[in-house]
Amino acid sequence: MSHLYLEITKLKKNYGLKPVLRGVNLAIEQGQRVALLGANGAGKTTLLRILAGLAEPDGGQVCIDGLDSVHDAQQIRRLVGFVAHQPYLYDDLTVMENLLFFGRMYVVKQRKERAMMLLERVGLLKRAHERASVLSRGQAQRLALARALLHSPRLLLLDEPDTGLDEEGIALLEAILNEHAGDGGTVLFTTHQLEHALQWSDHIALLSGGRMASMRETRDVEAGSVRQAYQEALR
Amino acid sequence: MIFFEQTLAILWKDIRCELRSKQTWMGMGMFALLVLVIFNFAFDLRVDNKAAIAPGALWVAFVFASLLGLGRTITAEREKGLMDRLLLCPVDRKAIYLAKLLGNLLFIGVVEVVALPVFAGLFDVPLFGALLPIVLLGTLGVAAIGTLFSAMAAATQARELLLPVLVFPLIVPVVISAVRATGDLMVAAPNQPPWLGLMVAFDVIFLSASMLTFEFVIKE
Repeated sequence: MSHLYLEITKLKKNYGLKPVLRGVNLAIEQGQRVALLGANGAGKTTLLRILAGLAEPDGGQVCIDGLDSVHDAQQIRRLVGFVAHQPYLYDDLTVMENLLFFGRMYVVKQRKERAMMLLERVGLLKRAHERASVLSRGQAQRLALARALLHSPRLLLLDEPDTGLDEEGIALLEAILNEHAGDGGTVLFTTHQLEHALQWSDHIALLSGGRMASMRETRDVEAGSVRQAYQEALR
Repeated sequence: MIFFEQTLAILWKDIRCELRSKQTWMGMGMFALLVLVIFNFAFDLRVDNKAAIAPGALWVAFVFASLLGLGRTITAEREKGLMDRLLLCPVDRKAIYLAKLLGNLLFIGVVEVVALPVFAGLFDVPLFGALLPIVLLGTLGVAAIGTLFSAMAAATQARELLLPVLVFPLIVPVVISAVRATGDLMVAAPNQPPWLGLMVAFDVIFLSASMLTFEFVIKE
């Protein structure tokens, strides 16, 4: 029996006087892959930042694996792997040094072996000793993906991870998401590519105006209806 | 143990990035040397007024050069989104502060090692061994406050303007103590307050306060 891995209750977040999240509710079970859709400014990135522990909510509660996001922030950080829409790498460090540094931060055992294995997985092993600054946008995004997997997180949060990836990179990303969910991991990702949302997820959630407008199983929805709901959310 | 391993890892990363980019050290070093040269030409340095002017010139060069470096260490990381990446990790925020502080001390220290012989040559003053604790304590005070406030200023748009405005008033006691203690080395004056003791007290208070408040300054 699967258990509730991520539970968001009445989550609120304001930037100054502007409310961004106005009481978001969301429940995700272990092993689920959820695509979070929404227009620009709907609050997707803010929601992911709160889940990753980068921002504190102004109201409501987030529980990840039974841990409270505010009180147990350090423990939650060990459970979460985060990929942003930008790679955010240390340009002056090599590909391998980037991974080894974050391996130390997450206290990863046998980090060099783990880093090499992940570099091979994302197709960057041959470039391990080149500086991150010389990588193309897509290669940097692959490295960011490897970094997010370094500490074997149970929850993967991905904010538009398909940005800048070529076809091969997109296929790699899909395979990694499937593997992660297959191993019992949970995935929450945002994307503006509806095809990717339909292909990679088993649930689709729609965030609109700072509230969760809908959450449905992907197999129950048709591409046309998702597109229509998405277009309505954009208006 | 993990705390110190993570602290050293962040410090190692900062040093390695700086050695490869050479952005901060070069700028700070050049700035300190220029200040010393300008002061040397701007003031009338006779034997009788040397002790009054030279310590001030030295510490103005150190403090201004330090602020250049302090402004870069956290700001550059924040601008590139890398501070967020670091904050995502299960790292004690005190470890991040300590690593940034040690990095700043090292960067400023290198600049001081280069600037001190130039200062001694230009102002025709001998370098005393006793100058070492004064420079160490003065630099620690400036770096402790500067590291905290550079994190605070990095989150604002007017960060270059805000950092000196926030830092200068707070470092006045340690800078005055350092200038006076340096002056006492050149011409011993009777009945002086214990400048070194004042610097130690200042460093302990502001280092502790900065360590404790960094977590609140750095989070969104």
